[in-house]
Amino acid sequence: MHQPDPRHASDRSAGAGRRAAGTLEAEVLGILRASDGPLTPGEVRDRITGGAQPELSYSTVVTIISRLHDKGLLARQRSGRGFTYTPVDEASLAASRMRLALGSGDDRGAVLSRFVSGLSGRDARLLRTLLAEARDVAASSPDEPTESG
Amino acid sequence: MWLLYLPLVLPALAGLAARPLAALLDPRQATWLLSIGAVALATCSTAALALLAAYAAARSPVLSGLGDYSQQVIRRADPIPNATGAIAGLALAGAAIAVTVLFRNRARALTAAYRHAAGLHSRDGLVIVPGPAIEAYALPGRPGRIVVSDRLLDRLDASGRAALIAHERAHLSGRHYLFAAATRLAAAANPMLLPVARAVDYTVERWADEHAAAVTGDRSLVAETIGQVALLAGPRPPRMPRMSLGIVSSRTRRVSLALAGPVPRRVAALLTAPPPRRILVLAASAVIIGLAALAAVDTAADLHALVEIAQAGQ
Repeated sequence: MHQPDPRHASDRSAGAGRRAAGTLEAEVLGILRASDGPLTPGEVRDRITGGAQPELSYSTVVTIISRLHDKGLLARQRSGRGFTYTPVDEASLAASRMRLALGSGDDRGAVLSRFVSGLSGRDARLLRTLLAEARDVAASSPDEPTESG
Repeated sequence: MWLLYLPLVLPALAGLAARPLAALLDPRQATWLLSIGAVALATCSTAALALLAAYAAARSPVLSGLGDYSQQVIRRADPIPNATGAIAGLALAGAAIAVTVLFRNRARALTAAYRHAAGLHSRDGLVIVPGPAIEAYALPGRPGRIVVSDRLLDRLDASGRAALIAHERAHLSGRHYLFAAATRLAAAANPMLLPVARAVDYTVERWADEHAAAVTGDRSLVAETIGQVALLAGPRPPRMPRMSLGIVSSRTRRVSLALAGPVPRRVAALLTAPPPRRILVLAASAVIIGLAALAAVDTAADLHALVEIAQAGQ
């Protein structure tokens, strides 16, 4: 369980909090790029604090990392209960930019085959009913052979 | 002469029949039938409009001079009222403009998609995009790409991912965007075919769903995955406030799908037995499309014969 270490809670205001957010983001990104594999936020923090700089709290690192993820600069993978992060490669960055380009414009989106189209509120209710019915059927006839189990 | 109006009436019938056919037929058969039907009917109805306009235009002295035929003979034999010819001419011009605009836009969009796909490096055609969006789509190209957001992949287990990827691969390998483009062009030429184009949007999704079911060997898994992803992606705000349509909310009563959107219908179709291939329905539809073509050709022959008679009478 990743709980913020109370020991570091005060450090945030003392040292790290004063540093500009942009500098921290660049630093975190640099650490992830230099790493051989995906890192957890805890590992990222350890590498920042490995230097002479004042320590950062765990929650500060998590905030920075999720901001980078929201910007599309980090990819994340589920690992146990938390996530590990890797910097996004050029291909995925290109995909993000392409999504912006194709998402707008007259006929642009029409060539993309989306997995699901939008749901109206009524469709969502209907869908829940259908899925619940299917689960009921599957649960009430356990002796019937099913492929998935 | 009434035959000339047949190609103009049949698209309306096709529009009415499209959704029931899409639900009844094997999705692959339905896609082919509806796409070929839409293009054939659009061609025939456009030809019929052109003929109506041509009959009216044949009375113009300029044309009779150029074609060296008798105006008197044409006036005596011509069954098409002037007003009808004028309306047909306007409709024809409108169709030409609509088809040109749509064709240009769709071609540009496809070119852009191909260019983007070529610029994306991927493993096995799969591109994972970071960020908060829940989305997955197939990007046409050579080769095409499947783009999935990492947040969506996080939420699916291995079998759900397999179902999603198999679905998107089917879109690319079946070139489903071409079916969609062809029927949209047909609908641009004749707006009565718009329900057919919408039905094809649905049948290609069903086609990909059935493909995913065949690949994973589990229809209910595919149904679950579609439902899960659709609910994750969140409800779309309704375009207009709608009155309650009496949709069943209790589980004991049978769910009504008559007015439902595509996602619940896809899920419901996967939760029942796969649709059989129906040769009879296919044959009947082919006969009707053939009739429209015959009517157009027959009328064209009539016009040609009339002009020849008129040339003889000069």
